[in-house]
Amino acid sequence: MRLNVRKTYKLYINGEFPRTESGRSYPVRGKGGELLANACRGSRKDLRNAVAAARKAQAGWGGKTAFNRGQILYRIAEVCESRAAELVDELKKHDMPAAEARREVEAVIDRWVYYAGWSDKYAQLFGTVNPVAGPYYNFTVPEPTGVVGVVAPEEPALLGLVSRIAPAIVGGNTVIAITSEARPLAAITLGEILENSDVPPGVLNFISGLKTELVPWLAAHMDVNAIDTTGVAAEAIPAVQRSAAENVKRVIHFDGKRIGWDDARQSQGPYAIYDFQESKTVWHPIGM
Amino acid sequence: MTTITEVETRDRLTPGTAAPSLWEYAPSLEATDHFKLAPRYNLFIGGKFVEPHSKKWFPSINPATEEQLAEVAEADAEDVDRAVREARRAYEKVWRKLAPSERAKYIFRIARLIQEKARALAVVETMDGGKPIKESRDIDIPLAAAHFFYYAGWADKLEYAFPNRNVASLGVAGQIIPWNFPLLMAAWKLAPALAAGNTVVLKPAETTPLTALLLAEIMQEADLPPGVVNIVTGAGATGAALVSHPDVDKIAFTGSTAVGKRIQRELAGTKKKVSLELGGKAPNIVFDDAPLDQAVEGIINGIYFNQGHVCCAGSRLFLQESIVEPVIRKLRERIQTLRVGNPLDKNTDVGAINSAAQLERIQALVDSGIAEGAEIFQSSCALPSRGYWFAPTFFTGVSQSYRIAQEEIFGPVLSVLTFRTPEEAIEKANNTPYGLSAGVWTEKGSRILKMAQQLKAGVIWANTYNKFDPTSPFGGFKESGFGREGGLHGLAPYVTLS
Repeated sequence: MRLNVRKTYKLYINGEFPRTESGRSYPVRGKGGELLANACRGSRKDLRNAVAAARKAQAGWGGKTAFNRGQILYRIAEVCESRAAELVDELKKHDMPAAEARREVEAVIDRWVYYAGWSDKYAQLFGTVNPVAGPYYNFTVPEPTGVVGVVAPEEPALLGLVSRIAPAIVGGNTVIAITSEARPLAAITLGEILENSDVPPGVLNFISGLKTELVPWLAAHMDVNAIDTTGVAAEAIPAVQRSAAENVKRVIHFDGKRIGWDDARQSQGPYAIYDFQESKTVWHPIGM
Repeated sequence: MTTITEVETRDRLTPGTAAPSLWEYAPSLEATDHFKLAPRYNLFIGGKFVEPHSKKWFPSINPATEEQLAEVAEADAEDVDRAVREARRAYEKVWRKLAPSERAKYIFRIARLIQEKARALAVVETMDGGKPIKESRDIDIPLAAAHFFYYAGWADKLEYAFPNRNVASLGVAGQIIPWNFPLLMAAWKLAPALAAGNTVVLKPAETTPLTALLLAEIMQEADLPPGVVNIVTGAGATGAALVSHPDVDKIAFTGSTAVGKRIQRELAGTKKKVSLELGGKAPNIVFDDAPLDQAVEGIINGIYFNQGHVCCAGSRLFLQESIVEPVIRKLRERIQTLRVGNPLDKNTDVGAINSAAQLERIQALVDSGIAEGAEIFQSSCALPSRGYWFAPTFFTGVSQSYRIAQEEIFGPVLSVLTFRTPEEAIEKANNTPYGLSAGVWTEKGSRILKMAQQLKAGVIWANTYNKFDPTSPFGGFKESGFGREGGLHGLAPYVTLS
C-alpha cells in the first residue's frame, strides 16, 4: 500500500507560501476531534509582512484597467472551477456533506464571476457628473480605499471569505485576510489557486491563526485603511472599532448570519464594492 | 505677536512694489440697522425656544471688536436628552409618516426663507465669526440656501439614488458643526438629513452659534413640525453628551481630526452610523507651465480665504523649482495688497481670527516655523488694536518635517515647498495622514488628469481652488474622514439600505 503525501498548510503572503516566521502552528480538527492539519499560527510579524506586501501592490493593482481586473477575477473563477474538487475536499474534511460542500464551492465560483462582471461597471454607477452652478466641469469617481483588512467569518469558511474579498479587490484595493480559525484549509488552498490565476503578488494575502491574537494587530495597524469585521466575534468588535479610530479606518461589517450568505440580492452587489471606495471629486474651469 | 513684528517684512519687499498707501480704500461698511439681535438666545427644542436646564448662558463675542453680541444658552446633558426625546417623538409621530413630497416642500420653504433673510444672516455671520462680509454675503449664505434647495428635491426621489435597494431613514441624527462656516455647515448637515427623513439635534460651535439660532427662527417661520430640528448650543461637553446619547442613531461631525478620532472611538460598540469631515493639510501644486498670475490668485484664495479657517485650505504650496523666484515675488507683492480689517467693510479681504484661542494656536505654530528655521514673509498691513488678528503670512525654506508642513494651522499661514518632477510632487503631496483636498495648476490637460488620479484627496481643484456647490460631493480620504457631503453621495450617510 502506498503511503499518501500530506500537504503542509502555509500562509499566503506576497504571492508566496511561507511558514509563519514564528514557527508556531495550531491543530485544525474535524468534528470528531481528529487532527486534520497543523495550520500556521500566524504572528504579528506575518501580518506586518502581509500589510507591507499589500501596500506595495496597491498602486499597481488599483492602477490596472477595470477591464484587466475583471479579466483576472474571471480567471480566478475559471481556475476555481477546474480545481473545484480540491476545494470541495477541503470543506468535506470538516465533515460537511459532499452535496453541501459542492454547493458552497459553486457559489464561490459564481461569486467570482459576478464581481468580475462589476469591474468596469461600478464606476458608472457610483461616478457622477455634477451640474454645479458655475463655469466648471465637475465629476466624481470612486477610487479604492487602499489596503483593506478582512476578517473572514468562521463559516461558511470559503464562501464567507470570497464574498468579502472579491468586492474589495475588484475595486482596486489590496487585502490581508485572516481566515476562518476553525476551518482554514479551504482558504489556504484557495491561495494556491489564486497564485495560478494571474493575481499579482500582494493583492491578496491570507493569514491563518488565532483571531484573538491577529485581529487586534490588524485593527491597530496604521497602514491599513479599512477593516471588515464580518468574522470578528461580537464581543470583540468594540475593541476593533476603538483601534480603528487611531487612523480613521473605515469599518465595514456584513451580518451574514442575519442576511444569509447565499441570498444573491443581499449578500452580493455593487454596494459591497462601494463600501471600500472613496469618492473623489474633480473641478476644472470651462473657458476659452 | 512680538515675534512676528520683529521680522516685519516691509523693508524686504522688492523695489517697485505697490506701497500699501496706494491701495487704500474709503470705508464701505455694511449696514447693521435692518435687524436686531436679541440680548439672549435660548435652546431650540421641540419647536420652541426654551431656557436651559443648566440655567447657564455664555457670551458670543464679535472677534473683530471683542464686544458681546448676545448671550447663548449652555445645554447640559439633560438639555441634550430633552432635545433628543423631542427629535425622537417628531421622528416617530410626524416626520417619518409624512409623504416625502411634503417633506420636500418644508425644505424648499427653508431655502426660500434663507434667501429672503440673506442679508441679515450674512451680517450676523460676519459679526459672530469675523469673516469678511463679501464672503458671507456671496458664498456662505447663498450656498446654504442652495444646499436646502438641492436636497429638498431629493426627498421624494430617494429610490432613484440607490438602485435595487429599499431606502430607509435612520432616525435621530446628532450633528456637530464647526465655527468656520457656521450657517453653511448647518445647511450641509441638516439638508440631506431632513431630505432622507431623519430628525436632527444640531450643535453649533460655541464661538459662532448665532446664525444657527436665526435658522431656528426660520424653522418656526416655515412651520416645520416641532422637534424635527432641535438646536442645542454649548461647548465640547454639549457635543459629548450628544455623541454618547443612547437614543441617537447617527453622528455627523465636522471638525478637527483629533476630536473626530475621539468620536469614532466613543462610538465603538454602538449601532450609531457615523460620518466625519476632519482636518486637512492640502497641497496646492503649481507647475512651471501654469499661468502664473492666475495661479497666484488661486494660491491667495486657497490659503487666505476665510482667514485660512478652512479645512480644505491650500496650506502647502508646492512650486516647481524653475518658477520659485517669480511666484514668491508675486506672492510677496500680492499679500501686501490684501485688505485686512473690519469684516463688515465690503472691501475687506481678510477678516478677524475667530477667537483668542485660535489666534494663540496660529501664533504657536508660526513660532515653531521660525524656530525650526523657515523664513517668514508677512504683510505689513496695520492690524486693528482691538479684536483678534493675524497678518497674511507665508514661509519659504520649509522642510517636509517642519510642524508648519505637517500640522493643520487653520489660519492665514502658507508653507511653501518645492519640487522638480511631477512624481516628486505627488510623493510629497501625498506624504501626510490627511487627504481632504488638493490643487493643481498647469496648462497641460493630460497632466491635470494624471495628477487628479494620483493625489489621494477627496476634492481636486485644477486651475481653481476653494469652489463649493451643493451638487458636488465633498469629503476626505484617509484621516480627513469618511462620508461625503453634497451631491447624490451626500445622501448615503443618512440612509440605510436593505
